[in-house]
Amino acid sequence: MSNARDVLLDPLFNKNPIGLQILGICSALAVTSKLETVIVMALAVTFVVAGANLSVSLIRRQIPGSIRIIVQITIIATLVIIVDQFLKAYAFAISKQLSVFVGLIITNCIVLGRAEAFAMKNPPGLSVLDGIGNGLGYGLVLLLVAFCRELLGAGKLLGVSLLATTGEGGWYLPNGLMLLPPSAFFIIGLLIWALRTWKTGQVEKEN
Amino acid sequence: MSGDSQAKVLGVAFLLCLVCAVLVSAAAVGLSSRQERNKIEDKRKNILQAAGLYAADRPIEAQFGKIHARIVDLQTGEFTDRFDAATFDSRAAARDPATRQPIPAERDLAAIKARSRYMDVYLVMDDGRLQQVILPVHGKGLWSTMYGFVALGADLTTVTGFAFYEHGETPGLGGEIDNPAWKKQWPGKKVYDESGRPRIEVLKGLVDQGSANAVYQVDGLAGATLTARGVGNLLRYWLGADGYQPFLETLKQEGVRQ
Repeated sequence: MSNARDVLLDPLFNKNPIGLQILGICSALAVTSKLETVIVMALAVTFVVAGANLSVSLIRRQIPGSIRIIVQITIIATLVIIVDQFLKAYAFAISKQLSVFVGLIITNCIVLGRAEAFAMKNPPGLSVLDGIGNGLGYGLVLLLVAFCRELLGAGKLLGVSLLATTGEGGWYLPNGLMLLPPSAFFIIGLLIWALRTWKTGQVEKEN
Repeated sequence: MSGDSQAKVLGVAFLLCLVCAVLVSAAAVGLSSRQERNKIEDKRKNILQAAGLYAADRPIEAQFGKIHARIVDLQTGEFTDRFDAATFDSRAAARDPATRQPIPAERDLAAIKARSRYMDVYLVMDDGRLQQVILPVHGKGLWSTMYGFVALGADLTTVTGFAFYEHGETPGLGGEIDNPAWKKQWPGKKVYDESGRPRIEVLKGLVDQGSANAVYQVDGLAGATLTARGVGNLLRYWLGADGYQPFLETLKQEGVRQ
């Protein structure tokens, strides 16, 4: 049985869901043009992964093998809808910007992946830690991407102007590409490159 | 395969569905009043912003006090009390067969195919006198349907404000319709010419300020010709004879009747 510390911290660098497993890329492209939306998205995903892992782990001995994926998805979908409803009620402006991407957490492979690969085999406590760790690992990459995109694309961080853009009479000519989804591909690619240069164990073997 | 009996599979599935359904309904029902309030607040904020009346430091409720929401029948140009203006949803009404009016293709400048027969309009009143009329408009840009509000002054032809609150145009190109510097050009522009024809347009390139037509024209957006054309088209549609023009004529002649 792996110890709790590793379960919680491994997904940050050693087994990052985006960096190593290349999961959850879709939403990483879609919501990272601003830091503010990313923070909310990362919290939402963390809550859903942790909640799904906990619920799946609690009933893991009762789940019939033949319908286990359906059971997991139902639990995940329930949690996502609840998060979506709460955002609409308490963070309306941000939920508008995140639009469908909160709902799409249901299809985020990280969530189902952790429920199936970890929570089905481990006790509830560890499963929650694993969920939190993976949510944070996902959030960490998103934060880095959004940091680059918002700073270079709009000259701002969290909506506060840091580089005065030419549009507002300053000196910085914003890089419009950074506001478009493909730029997230480039940044994620560079991050994975950096991560694998640092931790060479993550480099995939050539076929 | 697993050795679980069919009864157990069905039992687990049923119990799970029951628990999940209860949780989802509880969240949806418990939070719905708050969500509704948010939606109304958000719409009011958009209206205030279009009219240039929005102040971030004051509660929206208070700022909205002098704005009267009314429903207009676009066919007759008259106010109607058939719907409650506070909860009327023109997008839903454009889908409802009872209120939907298809737009013939050759007249469909805004490329929206159909619109609601009834629209919500907002009158900014001060001491019983009409200051501004705020009209919801929408139409196709390059990728998306753009939704906004245009505000006209008391003469019902001079723009006092214009802003989109929802669109999916390319950030940095068509998305520049949100740029405050571009939006600043709109106030003061005239929508109708002397003969009452909607003339407002967004050019490709810059407005020649010396030209007699400059009062009807707004600078184009570099790299966003189609978005800019869509903006001009949707304004001419909504302010034209198929849109709010009959209502604005009635309003001009008869004033605001309660």
